[in-house]
Amino acid sequence: MSIALEHVNYIYSPGTAYEKRALNDISLEIGQGQFVGIIGHTGSGKSTLIQHLNGLMKATSGDILYDGQSIYAEGYDMRKLRSQVGLVFQYPEHQLFEVDVISDVCFGPKNQGLSEEESEKNAREALELVGFPEKYYKQSPFELSGGQKRRVAIAGVLAMKPKVLILDEPTAGLDPKGRDEILDQIAKLHKETGMTVVLVSHSMEDVARYVDRIIVMNKGEKMLDSTPKEVFRHYKELEEVGLAAPQVTYVMHDLKDRGFDVSPDATTIEEAADEIMRSFI
Amino acid sequence: MNMIHAEKLVYEYDKRDEEGNVIGTNRAIDGVDIDVPQGSFVAVLGHNGSGKSTLAKHMNAILIPTGGTVWVDGQDTKDPENLWDVRKSAGMVFQNPDNQIIGTVVEEDVGFGPENIGIPTDEIWERVGESLRLVGMTEYRASSPNKLSGGQKQRVAIAGVIAMEPKCIVLDEPTAMLDPNGRKEVLQAVARLRKEKNVTVILITHYMEEVIDADQVFVMDSGHIVMHGTPREIFGRADELKSYRMDVPQVTMLAEELRKRGLDIPKGILRREELVEALCRLR
Amino acid sequence: MIRDITIGQYYPVKSRIHSLDPRVKIICTLLFLVSLFVQSSFLGYVIATLFLGMVIYMSKVPLKYIVKGLKPIVILLMFTVVMNLFLTRGGETLLHFWIFTITEEGVRTSVFMALRLMYLVAGSSLMTFTTSPNGLMDGMEKLLNPLNKLHLPVHEVAMIMSIALRFIPILLEETDKIMKAQIARGADFESGNIIQRAKAMIPILVPLFVSAFRRANDLAMAMEARCYHGGEGRTRMKPLKYNGRDKAAYLITILYAAGVFAVGKFVPFQLWIF
Repeated sequence: MSIALEHVNYIYSPGTAYEKRALNDISLEIGQGQFVGIIGHTGSGKSTLIQHLNGLMKATSGDILYDGQSIYAEGYDMRKLRSQVGLVFQYPEHQLFEVDVISDVCFGPKNQGLSEEESEKNAREALELVGFPEKYYKQSPFELSGGQKRRVAIAGVLAMKPKVLILDEPTAGLDPKGRDEILDQIAKLHKETGMTVVLVSHSMEDVARYVDRIIVMNKGEKMLDSTPKEVFRHYKELEEVGLAAPQVTYVMHDLKDRGFDVSPDATTIEEAADEIMRSFI
Repeated sequence: MNMIHAEKLVYEYDKRDEEGNVIGTNRAIDGVDIDVPQGSFVAVLGHNGSGKSTLAKHMNAILIPTGGTVWVDGQDTKDPENLWDVRKSAGMVFQNPDNQIIGTVVEEDVGFGPENIGIPTDEIWERVGESLRLVGMTEYRASSPNKLSGGQKQRVAIAGVIAMEPKCIVLDEPTAMLDPNGRKEVLQAVARLRKEKNVTVILITHYMEEVIDADQVFVMDSGHIVMHGTPREIFGRADELKSYRMDVPQVTMLAEELRKRGLDIPKGILRREELVEALCRLR
Repeated sequence: MIRDITIGQYYPVKSRIHSLDPRVKIICTLLFLVSLFVQSSFLGYVIATLFLGMVIYMSKVPLKYIVKGLKPIVILLMFTVVMNLFLTRGGETLLHFWIFTITEEGVRTSVFMALRLMYLVAGSSLMTFTTSPNGLMDGMEKLLNPLNKLHLPVHEVAMIMSIALRFIPILLEETDKIMKAQIARGADFESGNIIQRAKAMIPILVPLFVSAFRRANDLAMAMEARCYHGGEGRTRMKPLKYNGRDKAAYLITILYAAGVFAVGKFVPFQLWIF
């Protein structure tokens, strides 16, 4: 499984006063099992980009290959693509609608044509994957706390057993603990299932801790695409476009400027602490 | 003189079963005492469901205490006579930028509050102009709010409150739904208000970076105030904060980690310059 | 695609039409609409075209916005033209084949009907393009004020309408988002019979209602927090006051309507419904 974008362009309302180029010549490939972060601020094109990955939006020009096959080819099964590339929108709890948690999570599998029993089996597995407690399976999703609602919504996509999971700002609006819990759960899921995970975020701190590749979007273009360390080496350029490297990266650069013998590449607290301690020995 | 003063504040609401029968009560706020001096900047931290928003809603009489008392600018919020005076003294900005803008044009929205309290037309225009200037939204005064970014909408909401010339402004998680740029814009607007108008600011949030400049920080958990102090004192107790589902800024965390590994770094480091200075001194 | 709907949307620029009192615009629009229906002479349409053209020019609203506003009535327009073209008899026969006959009168009627419909929509959308929804509501409120004496809640209704106008685009966008989210979960809104399709709407409607209620709740709280307590004791940021220009606008429109009406007197009065 891999998703490849070849020279993808997307233009909103072409030919009108509102015409806006949302994606500009994007080429990239996301391989099986990768954990990718997509970073950019509002309007950078990151949300438009991910909606292309499962065919919800159609490129104005360019091609997208899923497993080597063009998804724009005649007769391509879009519904199958959408069940293989699961997309969790921002504030996904806003799409919950069923009377209880388990029925809501069953919505996806049932749409795939699975039987009642199979759907429920997949739903249970998905709820387990997101760490949702079984005693609330029969509760109305509207009565849950924000963090739990979000788990149910993510499970709703996981129950379709996608090979790729894309999450748009999965921690928006959650408190620090809730944020860490959801991200840890996603990281665990990635490790246990080997699923490809694409995490869209505007928090460098969050992304740096988990992903092994970062794609930085700016004004509809792919600005950087590399490992977190490499990307944060460009912290000055990131700042110019209104993004920032994690705070610790700045600390390390400051220390280096003040004559400390440290490598400024640290992106997490542990790495930074190790580097600083080493310079003191 | 205290802008806001609460004593043994309790707020309870009925828990109901599916048929609507009362089966018990929930205590969202449980005996809170709080003092906010005139002109100060106070932050209230707490996780989702800790009661911090319920507390905020008591500060302009959207909610009325079921026990204890809240005084806003010396007026008891329980007394219906004081309702409009309380709301005039303490303006409120909410979390969702879309759901608090009433006008279909920016300047008309900012004028909504002054219209409600019966300000003469000429003065409304003055106030609207001044408020939009303060939040840096003058060039958008004729725009539709739907065309603005989240941070801009939130600044319009702040202008709408400022136009009523309150002594105090309560911001209930104003940045929770914004991206980092929007967050910065809103915080800058608030800082400017403080500087130019000397308004008392109460900021409810769960972003740790936003409270660094506060005069005092209150931390809430299950309806109680569990921690209270200056940002430095609060962030110096990182482990305790974490036990309340909170966090500390990354720099503070790094300083804490280095302390644990044996470096002699002071507690409660808040800014990166402080950490760098502390490390330089150790060398 | 939902966002492309332009009718009922304000186009914020400064123009002489924009700065008119909303009451003037409401009444003049009504006069214009009536003027379209009371006459059907060639000369009458020339005057109406000139008048509309002048107002559009003065309003600084790009013509293509107004043309775009006509899109929703394209089908109705085509239907009207075809019906009138074939069913109206009179005058010289221009074309005859099989059961279809096109007469001179038919061509005239269908062209006039098409113009009438297009001007109707263009005229009323021009009013919404040049008047902020709030202004429109203020104007309505003031015009309907006499009804207050009958204990009709005019202020409240106007407030509700203006809030509805503000939230329509937000809810449309939200519908779009929920729909996409459910499609991503394999929902299918396109196939099946009517009952299946109606059932397929539930996953959209439930979240939409939940969100609408949440928004309503939030908004009510925000309004209260800003001291809203009904129309009593409220002042106005933009109070409605007629000035010289408004009076001139009334005069011009009345002259126009009178002119059209007079011209219409010279040709037989006819009122067609298709």
